[in-house]
Amino acid sequence: MNVLHFVQAFFGDGAHWHGQDAIPTRVTEHLLYSLEALAVAAAIGLPVGLVTGHYGRGGNALALIATAARALPSFGLLVLMFTWLGFGQLPVMIPLVALAVPPILVTSYEAIRSLDPSPVDAARGMGMSEARVLVQVELPVALPLVLSGLRTAAVQIVSTATIAAYVGFGGLGRYIIDGLYQKDYEKVVGGATLVAGMALATLLVFWAVSRFAVSPGVRRGG
Amino acid sequence: MSGFFDIPSDLQHSYSGLIGLHLREALIPVLAGLLVSLPLAQLCVRFRWLYPPVFGVTTVLYAIPSLAFFVVLIDYTGMTETTVMIPLAVYSLVVLVPAIVDGVRSVPPETLAAATAMGLGPVRRYLQVQLPIAVPAIIAGLRVATVSSISLVSVGMLIGNQGALGNLLNDAQIYHRPELAVNSVVTTAVLAILVDALLVLVRLLLTPWMPRKGVTR
Repeated sequence: MNVLHFVQAFFGDGAHWHGQDAIPTRVTEHLLYSLEALAVAAAIGLPVGLVTGHYGRGGNALALIATAARALPSFGLLVLMFTWLGFGQLPVMIPLVALAVPPILVTSYEAIRSLDPSPVDAARGMGMSEARVLVQVELPVALPLVLSGLRTAAVQIVSTATIAAYVGFGGLGRYIIDGLYQKDYEKVVGGATLVAGMALATLLVFWAVSRFAVSPGVRRGG
Repeated sequence: MSGFFDIPSDLQHSYSGLIGLHLREALIPVLAGLLVSLPLAQLCVRFRWLYPPVFGVTTVLYAIPSLAFFVVLIDYTGMTETTVMIPLAVYSLVVLVPAIVDGVRSVPPETLAAATAMGLGPVRRYLQVQLPIAVPAIIAGLRVATVSSISLVSVGMLIGNQGALGNLLNDAQIYHRPELAVNSVVTTAVLAILVDALLVLVRLLLTPWMPRKGVTR
């Protein structure tokens, strides 16, 4: 029995396309958890990273926070939050957000810090306010790097959101956890294939966004 | 906090035993990943066309959840430490290969020209000039890979108690002792931070020419 065989059997089985455990249902659940976690992480990481990058202060503190957050084991955090808070969306979201904040925070900080200072000075010389310098000059030029931080975070979330199934949540992790206990490898491999496919789709979305959102001038320079 | 370090006997390890096991399961894969990624990255630097496909394949492998990885491997390696370590080694490649490629590529062409002019062949130039200059970037990659490897070992709990400190999570639920879960998370995080600090120290020792102040990453 090889992996491809499992994949074929999983997607060929009509039972996986209907009812509560149907593939579209699980994919939608997984997508929702991931989007929610990414949105919260971006809402925390982006403003802090961009503003500290703009003023060039607090880089050491940021690096420290990021290392500490990275050191937290996602799976352990999930089980711990579950034992403390009980069943709910919050115990699932906390580890995912803790996982996604460091790459967003660190890359957006670095992206702003590593900009060529002359256009920024020129913008100031033209009388732009600090907020406008950040939003209209620094952010567009730093966008490719900022997006790469978001992309890393998104891929990690998509892959890690599978652990939500361990505490009774849905999503694609259901196939993997249930398959493990039922010794149904076809299900496990099918679930993993769906997750990998979703991560690929995430990469594709970010590629499309960067094509669309990054100014052509910046792209040529980078 | 009573019973914090009281490890249930079904784990067959003392507290320090679990820590040793955890470090072994986390660090050997990163070391293996480094040994594979050094030549792989060198090939990517040498042949530019090779980099995008290598990067793509490692990213897709990275997206496979560790748990699914474990389950597929059980057929071949059983419910053993090896099963936990193989995915971790694969994951470390995703961070290490780009870090080494970027580091080696960032060596200024003048430096390379100077090395060539001094009569260094390609091998010695790589070992004595390019690699040392790339050390900060390589260590930065190693730090990310090591920390995430340490935090991922816990998932091994799900395949027959191979998660070292993560096994405490299971016992926390069986025996209704949440403090064991706290112990697991805190010890894992502290281990990760200590190993990370150790790598920073190694960087400082390996790069005496770098300015000491203001180097953060």
